[in-house]
Amino acid sequence: MPGFALRAVKQRSRCKLIGCKRLRRLWAVLLSVVWPVSLSFDYVTDSTTELAVQVRGAVVLLGRFPALAGLDLQLDTGTVTLVQGPNGAGKTTLLRLLAGLAPLESGSAQVLGHDVTKAKRQVRASVGLLSPATMLYDQLTIAENLEFWASLSRHDDVDLMAALDRVSMADFADQQVATLSTGQRRRAAIAVVAIRRPRLWLLDEPHAGLDQAGRDIVDGLIAGAIEAGATVVVASHELDRVRPLATHIATVAGGIVHSFEANSPGGVHA
Amino acid sequence: MREIWALTRKDLLIEARSKVVATQVLPFAMVILILFGLALDADRSSLRSFTPGLFWVATLFAGILAIQRSVSVETQSSAFEALRLSGAPGWKLFAGKALAVALQLLAIEFVLALGVVVLYRSNFADPVLVVTAALAATIAIASAGSLYGVLAVGMGVRDTILPMLLLPVLTPVLVAATRAFDDGLGTTAVNGWSWCGLLGLFAVVYGAIGAVAYAVVIEDA
Repeated sequence: MPGFALRAVKQRSRCKLIGCKRLRRLWAVLLSVVWPVSLSFDYVTDSTTELAVQVRGAVVLLGRFPALAGLDLQLDTGTVTLVQGPNGAGKTTLLRLLAGLAPLESGSAQVLGHDVTKAKRQVRASVGLLSPATMLYDQLTIAENLEFWASLSRHDDVDLMAALDRVSMADFADQQVATLSTGQRRRAAIAVVAIRRPRLWLLDEPHAGLDQAGRDIVDGLIAGAIEAGATVVVASHELDRVRPLATHIATVAGGIVHSFEANSPGGVHA
Repeated sequence: MREIWALTRKDLLIEARSKVVATQVLPFAMVILILFGLALDADRSSLRSFTPGLFWVATLFAGILAIQRSVSVETQSSAFEALRLSGAPGWKLFAGKALAVALQLLAIEFVLALGVVVLYRSNFADPVLVVTAALAATIAIASAGSLYGVLAVGMGVRDTILPMLLLPVLTPVLVAATRAFDDGLGTTAVNGWSWCGLLGLFAVVYGAIGAVAYAVVIEDA
């Protein structure tokens, strides 16, 4: 384990003993109420930046285990990056870091010009994360789920039926999620991500649980996202499926990027 | 405000479909009223004098179940993560969740009020005071409950730890609400409106703390 990762583990252990981390966070929020500038100065950022993602020496701990152990990564806007690696390599944690969900112990991470630690809300509002959990409410219909997430993320203007049509789920709009198959839930979850019109798509095993038609839909959405000027990061074990779409391939192992290569979309590995 | 209403509407819609509060929490609250009546083995006049305390104890216990239900709706579908990803401010998420709990609590209190009238033959000497105190106490319970519910999720032992965390915090609300109801139901000669003022203060303080702290505690949920 690199030295700085070890230091982060020790630091975290010390903090956990006296519960100071939660207190520090609470204190930061209380301070931000009294002195809003302390948290808001980072919000003024350059939205025209060429880099969609810039991660330097990122250490993320899961308990005491460094899921990311000093990871470096830079992604240009408008690219499709396949993140590959064995189970436990840190792929999902990397996506969660880029979504502003995984706390950074050390290092830095900028997403779409925003610091993931200081401007979490801006980062989260700009990304779309498709994770293994569908995050749908079983008792609601698909349409109600979409309507809720659209309202909450302030995308009320989105045509929900069109979004469902794109994932071939328009006919199931009024069906409760509890009655859907795994693949249908997955398609509905993809529609929820799509209505947010994210500038950075973070797809964790997007083809899992989908039939051939569903997989084609995912590929079409990735292509559509790129056409719209977004950036896409796909963590997947289905390399044959994603490689033809990817402009770059990052190989992650042990919580760091072992290699980062350009790839020719269409299947020729550069 | 649309984020707040979206969250509240979603929680109420889920309750309307699942009917957990209507078919489990509400009967539980009524059973508490009946059990207290049987356990105290008291005549109607004694029960009437105990009514304010029994009412609020039953409301608190039922409220804890309603709060646990409100939290489990999010944990079952890993939706706390999606709520964070929505980019909505923490205080709006808090307000939406707390408002849904408060509306469900008010429905429970309404049925409990009918229960004490029927079972204990209680009278509403000052209905305005009773309604005002109930509103203030409900906001305080829903605010503290929504915050502590998420806090308990972060600790990973929500079902067992929530009452331990929440009941001590809500004890002052229980005392003040009981005193206000003492006056409102005409069981004891106290100044109910001053207790009602204290309840209002609790509602404001718990609401403000919840609005500020929710963004922090939801990070660990």
